[in-house]
Amino acid sequence: MKMRTAFVAALLLFLASPRAVAAPSLSEAAGSYVIVPSQSVLAFAVPAVSGPGIKGRFARFEGTVDIPADSVEAARLTITIYPESVTTGQKRVDDFLKSDAVFDTRNERAIVFRSARVHRTGEDVATIEGNLTARGRTFRETFRARLADSRRGSLRFHVQGKVFRSRYGMDVGTPIYSNVVDFDMDLSVRRR
Amino acid sequence: MSKLAFRNTRDGYGLVAIVFHWALAVLILGQIGLGLVMMRIADQRLAFDLIQWHKSLGLLLLLLIALRLTWRLLNPQPRPPASLRRWERCASASVHLLLYAVFLALPFTGWALVSASVLGIPTLVFGLFLLPHLPVGVSEAGESFWRILHHLLAYTAIVLVAGHALAALRHHLILKDGVLKRMLRPARRTKP
Repeated sequence: MKMRTAFVAALLLFLASPRAVAAPSLSEAAGSYVIVPSQSVLAFAVPAVSGPGIKGRFARFEGTVDIPADSVEAARLTITIYPESVTTGQKRVDDFLKSDAVFDTRNERAIVFRSARVHRTGEDVATIEGNLTARGRTFRETFRARLADSRRGSLRFHVQGKVFRSRYGMDVGTPIYSNVVDFDMDLSVRRR
Repeated sequence: MSKLAFRNTRDGYGLVAIVFHWALAVLILGQIGLGLVMMRIADQRLAFDLIQWHKSLGLLLLLLIALRLTWRLLNPQPRPPASLRRWERCASASVHLLLYAVFLALPFTGWALVSASVLGIPTLVFGLFLLPHLPVGVSEAGESFWRILHHLLAYTAIVLVAGHALAALRHHLILKDGVLKRMLRPARRTKP
């Protein structure tokens, strides 16, 4: 009996080891998923000519990821971000970002990204091209995605990208603050 | 035969002092107007840009006032009109002294306010070069202290400028003693 218990414990330890949770290939991740905001982070940074610049995140967002079994390149990602939920840890900066100078949250409720093409660039990495719509303007943007983790019907993607804010009428503060916004997102998704 | 004097004489102001006076008058009035408008404007994008102009103009004013003070110390002061009573001479000297003190202190308190701000917004003077922050503590309390001091000095400056202008008009319209004219027409130097 003792021997059996020890074997089960060893098996559990093996399954919980880093090897067992290593990122799988994208093709193994086929399925339809929904973003889990509570386990995701949607952060951004705007560098400044000196000092820390602005670092923030969005607390409210939602989205879906669909990865067909036959072609990862046909995968689709949709994210809706609610800019009213922007937070930087400094209320005055938050209020400024929500004002008509930046997100204009009184008139613009959401920022939407819809992927159009996925280019697989490695076993677990891809670039995602799509249309980003903010303040009524839509432009093509590209993000790099890496499948960071996979466990029982859930995946975690690390997504990064740079967006020129001037395109969306949000160029206030340039050149003191960079025109480029660096997005750094950890998106956890759960199979639907 | 007489020529325009660049330096002051005992009878009047030279061209350099007059140019300094009116250039600073225009800049100071513009700076006060800018300061009042930028704090009250609803358009946050415009407010941000106006604040950056206010900071750049503040530094320019600091340099010009320092230069003007140096020029004043290197030049003789024109004699006050003989008709002036003792209290008028004292009042005039006091207001001039206070004007210099306030207009030197104002840019420094503004600089300290920007330096103490928890927002850490860099100052890019006229978009040309970065002005380093003063070595003051960064905190909400420090920022609040420098803001109150800056505002108090600004309102003091408004009172002093108004008093100075009214006194000049009194000299010109009531006393008709040529004091204002001395700041309009440069003194002349007689060629030996």
